[in-house]
Amino acid sequence: MSTPLLAVENIGRRFGGFVALEGVTAAFEPNRVTAIIGPNGAGKSTFFNLLSGVLAPSAGTIRFKGRDITGTPQHRFVHLGIARSYQITNIFPELSVHENVRVAAQAFRARYDVWRPREAMSELDAKADAALAAVGLIGRRATTAKFLAHGQQRALEIAIALVADPELLLLDEPTAGMGPEETRDMVALLEKLAADRTVLLVEHKMKMILGLSDRILVLHHGRLIADGDPRHIQSDPEVRRVYLGQNDGYA
Amino acid sequence: MTASVHSVAQVMAGPTGQRGWRARLAAWRVPLSILVLCLLPWVLPSQALAVNVLIYGLVAVGYNLLFGYTGMLSFGHAAFFGAGAYAAGLGIGQLGLPWYAAIPFGMLVGGALAFVVGLLSIRTRGIYFSMVTLALAQLVYYTALQANSLTGGENGLRGFTVARIELFGWPVDFLDPIKKYYVLMTFAAAALWFVSRVLGSPFGAVIEAIRENETRARACGYDVERSKVIAFTLSGLVCALAGTLFALHLAIVPLDTLSIQTSGMIVMMTLLGGAGSFFGPFIGALAFLLMEDVVALWTPHWQIVVGTVFILFVLFLPKGIWGTALAWRAGR
Repeated sequence: MSTPLLAVENIGRRFGGFVALEGVTAAFEPNRVTAIIGPNGAGKSTFFNLLSGVLAPSAGTIRFKGRDITGTPQHRFVHLGIARSYQITNIFPELSVHENVRVAAQAFRARYDVWRPREAMSELDAKADAALAAVGLIGRRATTAKFLAHGQQRALEIAIALVADPELLLLDEPTAGMGPEETRDMVALLEKLAADRTVLLVEHKMKMILGLSDRILVLHHGRLIADGDPRHIQSDPEVRRVYLGQNDGYA
Repeated sequence: MTASVHSVAQVMAGPTGQRGWRARLAAWRVPLSILVLCLLPWVLPSQALAVNVLIYGLVAVGYNLLFGYTGMLSFGHAAFFGAGAYAAGLGIGQLGLPWYAAIPFGMLVGGALAFVVGLLSIRTRGIYFSMVTLALAQLVYYTALQANSLTGGENGLRGFTVARIELFGWPVDFLDPIKKYYVLMTFAAAALWFVSRVLGSPFGAVIEAIRENETRARACGYDVERSKVIAFTLSGLVCALAGTLFALHLAIVPLDTLSIQTSGMIVMMTLLGGAGSFFGPFIGALAFLLMEDVVALWTPHWQIVVGTVFILFVLFLPKGIWGTALAWRAGR
């Protein structure tokens, strides 16, 4: 068996006496889309924060391409090949759309250079424009980011993550707060991305998850209660019990 | 989100107009500043005022690097300005350094102090950060006050008058205000060029990203803490340079240089002119000192007038004089 891209072993996180996540073990193969679902407070965001280095796990290990990366500072993660988007839109509001993505690309080229002019690094402009084109925002590249519509800001955040050319893309509720039309656009974008990337996705929109993902992990009260392909998860009695009263979500 | 109808080339060629004049202004900002500085002693009511605008303008430029561009409201920048001034004075008076060596010496001391204060203060954010910088600056103030034998305590540092200097073999009367102005201006101009390079560099983009969204900057792969310490130190270096020029100009260093009032004035000048813009701090220093100069002729309570103007600006024109002008020109 080949080494999985990402493997977590028995990871957990406590906040004081509160156990947000406990004993989660899972491995993720390359080029697959995995959705993480669960009711509010199930530990999905904590799980994501551990995988992206925002929080260090209080127990367990995280391996990326076979290497133990537990406790690595957050800013190193994107350099390892793990990029993420946030549940609440997280962009540089006063910068132009283009600069939002350009500065993200720059992290791989120059971080402490106080002397050379930025204009000399024109390949970063090209990279940024390519990422913007991929998410359909190239026409807005000169706009100040805060003036974009909500859905476009979410797309911009994905472009920021994409420009790092990550091997693992973590998307925390990419369609949060979107109307049906914006959601449809985002799903189309995600389908395009999923073709050649490893994607982990936290989502609430069940219909979208079933269509998009190869595998689903279900968290409940900080524990992994089910792990399998979408059809398997849909018929899992435990999952059905947890989601009781939310059955319409499966429609 | 819908597929774009613009081609990349079309967009790149795209709406230049207002971006065009901004880019041109940015490209010419250093020569333009130097030109204005050259003219300053001839257009202002007094040459003393011109020197003050030069020195305080430079402090505000250094401060703006941290406050306007990195988004960190330090309330203790008098410490670096003062440290530069005291170190330059002590270097000449006690160590027997020539004037031109006193300048880098003052920058070294002020920069090292900024590095240490930066390391300690960046662990906190927002109001706590401001308070830590304020507390550490007060520590420097009281140290200077207590170290009487070295610093002259309340009387300030004296005894290092530079009366005559040699520039490439040419003797220059340093007591002649106009000659002195142009010598000091050369250093300020070099610092402006340096700051302009930093702002236009990749690191300049990093600190703006940190100002805009620290979490996102970290997720993009930037070591936010280290970048903040670098920005803090660069900012302190520029302020320390201004301090050394201040010491050379006055030939004394008043204890006040290190005081909380000086820190407050630096913040006020930067806000008044426009934080986060290249010309803002200088314009702020000019406006502040000009107001002081003019209003003081008419009432000793000039602080009331300047304070009122400042409050009005914060309330109604938070982008400051230059920031408002830029926004107005851009039509937004």
